Amino acid sequence: MNAQALTLVQLGAAAAFIIGLRRLGSPRTARSGNRIAAAGMLIAVLTTVGTAGVAWWVVAAGLGTGAVLGIVAAIRVQMTAMPQLVALLNGFGGAASGLVAGVAFVGRDGFATDTMVSMVASIVVGGITVTGSIIAFAKLQGILRGAPITFPLQRIVNGLLGLGLVAAAVWAGVTQSPTGFLTVAAVALVMGISLVLPIGGADMPVVISLLNSLSGVAAAAAGFVIQSPILIIGGALVGASGLILTTLMTKAMNRPLSNVLFAAFGSNETATASAVSGDVRATSAEDVAIAVAYASRVLVVPGYGLAVAQAQHAVRSLATALEARGVEVLYGIHPVAGRMPGHMNVLLAEADVPYDRLLDLEQANAALDRTDVALVLGANDVVNPAAREPGSPIYGMPIIEVDKATTVVVVKRSMASGFAGIDNPLFTKDATVMLFADAKQALIDVQAGLEDL
Amino acid sequence: MTDPLIAGIVVFVLAAFVGFEVITKVPPTLHTPLMSGANAISGITLVGAVVATQASEPTVATVMAFVAVTTATINVVGGFLVTDRMLRMFRTPGRAPKGGGDE
Repeated sequence: MNAQALTLVQLGAAAAFIIGLRRLGSPRTARSGNRIAAAGMLIAVLTTVGTAGVAWWVVAAGLGTGAVLGIVAAIRVQMTAMPQLVALLNGFGGAASGLVAGVAFVGRDGFATDTMVSMVASIVVGGITVTGSIIAFAKLQGILRGAPITFPLQRIVNGLLGLGLVAAAVWAGVTQSPTGFLTVAAVALVMGISLVLPIGGADMPVVISLLNSLSGVAAAAAGFVIQSPILIIGGALVGASGLILTTLMTKAMNRPLSNVLFAAFGSNETATASAVSGDVRATSAEDVAIAVAYASRVLVVPGYGLAVAQAQHAVRSLATALEARGVEVLYGIHPVAGRMPGHMNVLLAEADVPYDRLLDLEQANAALDRTDVALVLGANDVVNPAAREPGSPIYGMPIIEVDKATTVVVVKRSMASGFAGIDNPLFTKDATVMLFADAKQALIDVQAGLEDL
Repeated sequence: MTDPLIAGIVVFVLAAFVGFEVITKVPPTLHTPLMSGANAISGITLVGAVVATQASEPTVATVMAFVAVTTATINVVGGFLVTDRMLRMFRTPGRAPKGGGDE
């Protein structure tokens, strides 16, 4: 296939990506959208394999190995583990982009300035994406602890790394020396680690979105290196999509991106804004069963605890039992509930909850005006009324205002404070009762109580 | 300044704008599939990895190209498949429950 024909075919693939992404915007068309994008990818890859000079045996070996690993990962992964899989896949994409630039560099010299800049950019972004994603994966998988991992002079070290990266990039660009190029790669890899280590579990939705965006930028940079429009287009689309999600997540926390990245939020005993006064009222599963059985509307607010307890099927089962009694069951989902954007939605979809019962933040708050029981399942900071009080570390964060409901049932394993390390005044409110249990067991017990009524 | 660079920048900026326009409207329910689907699209770097296998020497270039093809393929295949798996679960309102898992 000649160059012009190849470019035109790839233009078709780019169109498939755009149409695919657009169709991903509605639940009814999303599945076909994903397939259209995949078809575009298949065409782009197959036509490229037919290009002269491609070492088909290297390609075949790589495609075969990668396909087997990809299929196994996609089939085996549990829905609760989706954040770590996406983190890992981001890392693989970043690695590939960095390597494409690396191959373009080795064994040649005398690059034009713009090519050199693209190569360095590709290595820098790709490198940060690889190690950053691996650390995010390790934290989500529980290999590293999820809490912010800090070391002395962290900010200074990161600052020096940043300066070092710029210096190495300039050096590599000017001298075009392999040593300079390797130095850039090494510093970028270290930087990815040091950037993600201090970020805590609850900030992961932001980190994964950002890494997603970076993997796109890395692909686009690689596209500049080999002058491939399809890489530039695909990379730019993903860069934009990741950036939008990153922005949505930071808005949902009311914290600028710089704060998420550099503040090591929740690592130290953050100043307690409102000392919680009063006692908490513990309750039993039987009492909760009575409360929900005679409610006309129950609104469930799931959090990461639901994923940890794998309680999505138990909540659906309880909801079915309640709906049979004429109780309306809705779900209020905070944008940053869980460990990645939309994490809770996917879990509930797995348990066959129709998506029109899943309310976003505003819809949930509107529905809470007429809600009898708000059932908080493994969520904490996203329902913390301290967010309304100036001076609180989470002041200004939009929350699901469960305290508007007549009764609030908080299912929680212990009184430990949430990720942000802030006491939650919700727990001591008069309308709040606490059910201390694992989310899944609690739901099973409540349903048993319901059947005894 | 060379022409391909300018052309590349034009393409990049326009594509980014298209991306912003198309994706802003995605509802929160679909954020995870959007991210994993977009993630699979970023595996387009696979095309670059395939092109990279044209470099036959030094040997390290071939090794790097092989690793690039492999990692990009994991990204593409894993990304699209897992997105499809998730989207299959999103139940249309009003439809009877399927019963059982997704497999």
